[in-house]
Amino acid sequence: MSWIVRAARAVWEFVVGDDPLTAFGVVAALGATALIAGAGAPAWWVMPVAVLALLGLSLRRAAR
Amino acid sequence: MFLACAVEAVEALTIVLAVGVTRSWRSALTGVGAATLALAVIVAALGPALTALPIDVLRVVVGGLLLVFGLQWLRKAVLRYTGLKALHDEDKAFAEETDAARAAGRPDAGFDGYSFTIAFKGVLLEGLEVAFIVLTFGASQHNVGLAAVAAAVAIAVVVLAGVLVRAPLARVPENTLKFFVGVMLTSFGIFWGTEGAGATWPGGDAALLVIIPGVALAALGMVRWLRRAHGVQRPLGETA
Repeated sequence: MSWIVRAARAVWEFVVGDDPLTAFGVVAALGATALIAGAGAPAWWVMPVAVLALLGLSLRRAAR
Repeated sequence: MFLACAVEAVEALTIVLAVGVTRSWRSALTGVGAATLALAVIVAALGPALTALPIDVLRVVVGGLLLVFGLQWLRKAVLRYTGLKALHDEDKAFAEETDAARAAGRPDAGFDGYSFTIAFKGVLLEGLEVAFIVLTFGASQHNVGLAAVAAAVAIAVVVLAGVLVRAPLARVPENTLKFFVGVMLTSFGIFWGTEGAGATWPGGDAALLVIIPGVALAALGMVRWLRRAHGVQRPLGETA
């Protein structure tokens, strides 16, 4: 395995950790915020709701 | 940020103490020096690159990264409070590291590669989180230097405490600190991420005064929910 692949895996492990769904959820929520704000509607509420939902889901998965 | 750096320093100190006491202080401290140098290079290389980003891009990147990290810290802290994950025990970690160091055979008379490698890896891995927090908070305030000084002071306090007690810092309420740091990282991540994505907070910066307690209360509510769902009776913070 080349050092680039090893380095990419290490970065992935470091940033994303053992819960990639939460990381993807954060990116999706930021995208949704940008879309709603871009349409001119209030979008400040998206991230708090999304983050608490992601934490709850992540805990439920971990507790199983 | 200070607390986050202190928590990581406690974990790194435990590893360095274990190999230093059991095998070779000189090689372990050389490993610490090499890892510190590597971390300084990472901060020096990435710091200017991050601060050069346009402010909205920077806020989205920093907000997103803080959220991913903050949610990881918060998740672990909540699971530990509920007893679904064992509390991090520095005495136990120290005992495991010393056992592993002894099992690795007698140290060489000169330079001990085992001590160097374990100390280097421990400090680098724990230090990367510190470097990340320094970079994200420092870049968002356009003051990586001040953030680095705060991190260095936190680490110095922990090392000094470790030298004075000459033992792992097992009495540090690590999970409470982790919970608090998780709340702060998550709250700032929500705030900056939202602003970077183009939305405006009602009340501007004052919104943080609602976001931080809101995240803390929600996380504490999740602790209660999980404890009830799993029939846990112990008071908060007691080991499983």
